[in-house]
Amino acid sequence: MKVTVRLFATLKDLLPKDRKKVLVELAEGSTVNDVAEHFKIPQEETLIIKVNGRSADKSTVLKDGDRVGIFPPVGGG
Amino acid sequence: MKIYRVNMTEGEVTTEDVKDAYAALGGRGLTSQIVADEVSPTCNPIGPKNKLVIAPGLLSGTMAPSSGRLSVGAKSPLTGTIKESNAGGTAAQKLAKLGIKAIIIEGKPADDKLYTMTVNKDGIQLEDVSDDLIGKGNYEVMEKIQAELGEKVCVMSIGQAGEYRLESASIAVSDPEGRPTRHCGRGGTGAVMGAKGVKAIVIDDSDAPGVPIVDQDRFKEASRALAKSLLDHPVCGEGLPEYGTAILINILNESGGLPTENFKTGRFEGADEISGETIADVISDRGGQKTHSCHPGCVMRCSQIYNDKDGEYLTGGFEYETVWGFGANTKVDDIDAIAMMDRICDDVGIDTIEMGVAVGVAMDAGVIEFGDAEGAIDLLEQVGEGTPLGRIIGSGAGFTAKAFGLDRVPVVKNQGIPAYDPRAVKGVGVTYATSTMGADHTAGYAVTSNILSIGGEVDPLSKEGQVELSQGLQIATAAVDSTGLCIFAAFAILDDENALPAVIDMLNAQYGLELEADDVTALGKSIIKTEREFNIEAGFTKADDRLPDFFVDEECPPHNVKFDITDEELDGLYNF
Repeated sequence: MKVTVRLFATLKDLLPKDRKKVLVELAEGSTVNDVAEHFKIPQEETLIIKVNGRSADKSTVLKDGDRVGIFPPVGGG
Repeated sequence: MKIYRVNMTEGEVTTEDVKDAYAALGGRGLTSQIVADEVSPTCNPIGPKNKLVIAPGLLSGTMAPSSGRLSVGAKSPLTGTIKESNAGGTAAQKLAKLGIKAIIIEGKPADDKLYTMTVNKDGIQLEDVSDDLIGKGNYEVMEKIQAELGEKVCVMSIGQAGEYRLESASIAVSDPEGRPTRHCGRGGTGAVMGAKGVKAIVIDDSDAPGVPIVDQDRFKEASRALAKSLLDHPVCGEGLPEYGTAILINILNESGGLPTENFKTGRFEGADEISGETIADVISDRGGQKTHSCHPGCVMRCSQIYNDKDGEYLTGGFEYETVWGFGANTKVDDIDAIAMMDRICDDVGIDTIEMGVAVGVAMDAGVIEFGDAEGAIDLLEQVGEGTPLGRIIGSGAGFTAKAFGLDRVPVVKNQGIPAYDPRAVKGVGVTYATSTMGADHTAGYAVTSNILSIGGEVDPLSKEGQVELSQGLQIATAAVDSTGLCIFAAFAILDDENALPAVIDMLNAQYGLELEADDVTALGKSIIKTEREFNIEAGFTKADDRLPDFFVDEECPPHNVKFDITDEELDGLYNF
């Protein structure tokens, strides 16, 4: 299956240069944690994860066509 | 500490002792109490009976980190409710160091003259500056005053919009470089200042006595503890200094809550072009400052200095809500054009949020097309020129909608709804509906638990738990707004159990008090009750604590959600 991944703020440097999003091919039943490992995001990093615009976590199971956004802690207002 | 009363009808300044009832109040708590005590709730906001109250926070002027917020209070020309609008910049610290608890500006000059008020260790002097400053924008006003009195003075001023008494006029507060990038933006307090005939307030704290502190050692210890909490928090200590507040563009877009095309959808295809990440890159490439303090002693330093393509200064304090309002909401993805709109608003002295919403409304009504950056810049310039169209826009989103016959009007109590769609971020929707201030995200920033995973998690798309979330935040915020602390300190307070005790310790050490956490909650409740009572006497009812129909009736893509919190549930917010 394929999911679209966007990484933001300090994590964006883990994407290929000048890419805002990438399509990642994963085995069926993969989780957000597999995406994090794919991009070598350090395990100890605190992450805010959105799957299809909804709050998720590393254990969230993905399905084909999902949109995954991963952020470090951010805020403002 | 003293209170200055400036009567603009008589041109007289008097000095008053601080009443016992005001001793433990500061910032919003003090401005709202004085307005409630002295201003008739039914008065015309730009008439002689309204008063403009200016107060630094309880901790302002001390070494407490990020404590330089200034509160301004009045009856709002925009909403007709009580209003407190706060800003950074250097005014609060200087006023506090001069021993000033508050300045109350009342009455109205019989002539059409404009005055500056100079505040220094000797008191307050009024000077007729009609010949020099009438019709000038904030940049020129501040430059002229600093050329005469030195770069260290703080200037609070109004631009053309305040002189015209337009309902979205702001009061600019100079930043550490002396530029008008910090504003008491919301609610039209600049129109009240203009109606009082005050063009500028110049604050010179040379030889000021400073802020007395009862227990210096205890204060220092608590102050260091709060600074540590802030610096250790990933948002306050890392995210805000690195990217500024516009870092929120992408996470709101990803969450489907970034209002786009006058609140038609929750995602903007040009989001990346206007994101905090892009802005930080542009600033770095052009030799601007990604990290900047809006007042000395702020450890979060979320402000920025943005240069144009030639590397020359263009604007500063370029915030998420501004970028959203002139970006996603109007479908403009040109960050330089958005920066220019920010610059014009700072100069003319108009609230960037209200203008972002008003321009979106004007586009929806067909005055100009969505995405027309040049057209939007022209509309904002017309506000400064005082053309009939400019005056319509400058009177805010609600007025603009009425002028052009539009029924999709994102306002509550006539104040424009800011940068979080209330259908997809329901907690902040509750705050918009119920706040004593009209639609105001800062009054109860439920985006924390809804979107940012700060202070726990509450599903933003579900109605469960939103009223309780907003209620708790509104009460806590009213108290924080009294301290002079920046609202972003709340991120640390929500996540770090050491932060609030540090704040309370500082207050106790400074004033010789024995406050506990419950007292802080009680203060917040008391402020909101005072404000709500004023609004009720001004004619507001629970029917005003509602979102516009279209949020209830129209779905917001991509989640296709409506605002489904019932009227009865909203009314429950005031069960405390």
